[in-house]
Amino acid sequence: MAGLIVRRLFQLIPLLLGISFIVFISLHLAPGDPASMIGGPTATREDLASIREDLGLNDPLFTQYFRYISGVVQGDLGYSYQTKQSVTEAIMIRFPNTFNLAIASIIVATVIGVGAGMISAIKQNTSLDALSTIGALAGISIPNFWLGSVLILLFAVNWQWFPAAGVTQPPWTLQGMKELILPAITLGTGSAALIARMTRSAVLEVIRQDYIRTARAKGVKEKSVILLHCMRNAMIPVITVIGLNFGFLLGGTIITEQVFAINGVGRLMIQAIANRDYTMVQGAVLLVATLFVLVNLLVDILYALIDPRIRYE
Amino acid sequence: MKDPVLTVEGLEVRFQGAAGEIPAVQGASFSVHRGEVLCIVGESGCGKSITSLSVMGLLPGSAEAEGHIRFDGRDLLRLNREEIRQIRGNDISMIFQEPMTSLNPVFTVGFQLMEPLVVHRNLSKKQAFEEAVRLLERVGIPDPGRRMEQYPHELSGGMRQRVMIAIALSCEPKLLIADEPTTALDVTIQAQILELILKLKEDTGMSVILITHDMGVVAETADRVLVMYAGKVVEEADVRTLFEDPKHPYTKGLLRSMPNVDDDTYTLEAIPGTLPKPGEIQQGCPFHPRCPEAMDRCREENPRVFTHRPGHMSRCWLAEEEDQDHAGESVG
Ligand SMILES: Nc1ncnc2c1ncn2[C@@H]1O[C@H](COP(=O)(O)OP(=O)(O)O)[C@@H](O)[C@H]1O
Ligand SMILES: [Mg+2]
Repeated sequence: MAGLIVRRLFQLIPLLLGISFIVFISLHLAPGDPASMIGGPTATREDLASIREDLGLNDPLFTQYFRYISGVVQGDLGYSYQTKQSVTEAIMIRFPNTFNLAIASIIVATVIGVGAGMISAIKQNTSLDALSTIGALAGISIPNFWLGSVLILLFAVNWQWFPAAGVTQPPWTLQGMKELILPAITLGTGSAALIARMTRSAVLEVIRQDYIRTARAKGVKEKSVILLHCMRNAMIPVITVIGLNFGFLLGGTIITEQVFAINGVGRLMIQAIANRDYTMVQGAVLLVATLFVLVNLLVDILYALIDPRIRYE
Repeated sequence: MKDPVLTVEGLEVRFQGAAGEIPAVQGASFSVHRGEVLCIVGESGCGKSITSLSVMGLLPGSAEAEGHIRFDGRDLLRLNREEIRQIRGNDISMIFQEPMTSLNPVFTVGFQLMEPLVVHRNLSKKQAFEEAVRLLERVGIPDPGRRMEQYPHELSGGMRQRVMIAIALSCEPKLLIADEPTTALDVTIQAQILELILKLKEDTGMSVILITHDMGVVAETADRVLVMYAGKVVEEADVRTLFEDPKHPYTKGLLRSMPNVDDDTYTLEAIPGTLPKPGEIQQGCPFHPRCPEAMDRCREENPRVFTHRPGHMSRCWLAEEEDQDHAGESVG
């Protein structure tokens, strides 16, 4: 088990290097000159040349990448072209907001998705199943910004149960939870729908296995047959979907943070892209990609915990 | 009078399909007596598993059962879900054909073995553990302490079937139903598993319903035999009578298709043709298209049950003349 984790951690190194290289290259090949953004419209040719010299933009691309990456491994993501602020700092201030939103959303998505999928499978071909199927279809098709706006109108403006915008308190306080709930539902609904579909089909697949019949033949209570014998097996494919969705959620925070005016990495990224703030965009994308990869590692570990056949390989 | 543990009367099982109702078991009646091995034999698809699942209350949702299954003074078909659950794995246990897939891959052998002990006998974790180790020992699993911690994929097919047997016996059932328990196993392992079941039967005095399609298994294990064809019981006899004086042409066919180790000149003969498709409308005896002795009457009229002598019944017109039971009381 520990060996598996260490091995997977080592496999992360080339993966993350590859990701950082692709992010680095693609931003440098994109049109738009950071020097002219920094210098502004009044800058002379000489000004621009000296800015480029300062930033090292005249060095070969590979040298630039190498300089960048050696900073990254020390936790230094460089300085913003725009604000001269440390990128690491700018991201770290906002990261907790984004992370909390993503976690809250994946919790909402998992609870609703697994619950609905399970009920749907057990009550296969009943009106409850049909309702859940329609709900899932709606959940996948409704755009986040629209759902977010509707939720704000209903629950924040009309009924005033929850605040309309902003995150000011930590999520373990009541106020913090209230602030997170609407954004989390907004962001988590699409994933809930996908998780529900996956859970439904996984449960239907597992429920007809011989070992479920064995459990019933032993006289195990139906509740344990479903929650223990069936779900423990059905969760194996569902966990993959949850892991993947966590990645999508991280991307989805960009829009949700915008709708709910949450000061997170997503908003930072939008500003940085608009300003051609290379280093800021690089830092944010690298962070999101790293998280995505780490979540995948977590999924693999969970796999091994649930399924002994993997653990012993 | 012998002492029946289980009595099945007029069992009918129908599947609700897209194309209407499909009968799977039609009017099966039989008893299992204390301490005996009743073999149910017949080709695949003739309704053996569905009959046994009816007893367990484990029929698929699309199936509907009618008739009576009497056990311990109660009619199992009329119990609610909770009542039948308390009987399953406790008074009546079942083991299945596929040891490779019958155990849950994500739980240890120990967990799966302790489960019925905790559910039915209210043992503590510790007591259940000790009892489980004893059970593994009893079914001939070496190093039971270590096996408790292992997962099913670490065990061979024969070992898994032994674990299944241990699970089935954990609450000392009065009746064990074994549905083709050796079909998926190697020949040498087959013999060991059958021997184990017979030995445990002797030790505990339980009754056994052993389902098989193999007449060789019947010869080695049965006290009494039920031959099923297309959802009906077509012959019932004690094992000696069945082998020495089979009445139904289907039984004779099954016996001819059995390899004979004592006689080199013997030629194996499979029964020609196949089972009628489920739900296929047929007139007369369901076996007549494959029957070497079929008469005109067989094509028109479905035979009732005839009694040759007490305990030996068959469902064939050929048996009519020697019918002992002129009242025509139907047994199946
Ligand atoms: N889930 C099911 N749905 C519809 N028909 C079924 C189902 N299970 C079994 N049957 C039908 O019931 C009949 C008896 O099956 P079964 O008892 O499994 O036969 P076997 O003697 O091989 O154990 C077969 O004709 C089969 O087609
Ligand atoms: Mg069968």
